[in-house]
Amino acid sequence: MGCIESLKYEKILPLGASFKECREYVEKNYAEVWYVEPGYKLFDEYIIGLPPIALGIEEGTKITFPYTKPCHGTYLLRIEGQEEVERVRKTAKTKKQAGNIR
Amino acid sequence: MIDPVSPHEKAIIILGCPEVPVQQALALYVASGLRDRGADVLVTGNPSVLGLLKVSDPKSVYITKTLVLETCIAEIVEKKQDCTLCIVFAHNDAAIAYAATLRHLLPGSRFIVVVFGKDPEPLAAEINFPCETIVEKVVHNPAQLKAKINKVLGWVVSRV
Repeated sequence: MGCIESLKYEKILPLGASFKECREYVEKNYAEVWYVEPGYKLFDEYIIGLPPIALGIEEGTKITFPYTKPCHGTYLLRIEGQEEVERVRKTAKTKKQAGNIR
Repeated sequence: MIDPVSPHEKAIIILGCPEVPVQQALALYVASGLRDRGADVLVTGNPSVLGLLKVSDPKSVYITKTLVLETCIAEIVEKKQDCTLCIVFAHNDAAIAYAATLRHLLPGSRFIVVVFGKDPEPLAAEINFPCETIVEKVVHNPAQLKAKINKVLGWVVSRV
């Protein structure tokens, strides 16, 4: 298992964000949104959260997703990773339909 | 009197951040009770909470198996760990997220979420997955929460 701290990431929503806030932010701000179940592996980490977990993809290379630390809570972060983007597109189960984009 | 329940049960106890004192006492209590009833018990949490338990139980009388939470989740995903009973102690939003994740990963287990702390009701309201819940506004005194846990687990205990 990897460590998210070893990757270069940007915080989109600060620590203490709720899962609902993270999901709503992704759904509202990203044209390409994929949904995965808890335990989905991303950047060598198992994603924690209340299903469905929304992942936002932008510029074809960046993924925004919620990340939870046991003691500290949840924050929304963005990491660049072309290979992970392609893997999400192939393995995530559902994608937000164009008609739902706000 | 020890009520004979669930022999050969495999239990996982998931602990949250150790900042609320009752969790430590109740983790030892529940682990001890399950072991007395023949269950194989694994306790998981962050390194700090596991460290507190190991110092409190230096001879491993109550807790014999521990695993860091991230490793435990990885092993459950990879089918290296399983259980018939999962008890999650939750006093913050992160712990509810972990509970949701584990509920999803352990669909066949009896699943109990113990929600406690200064303001447990809003946290309990976040639970939208199938499980049994025990909710108690408590930080320091474990008596009431212990009684509720006994009731849910069907434990008959002497008044001591």
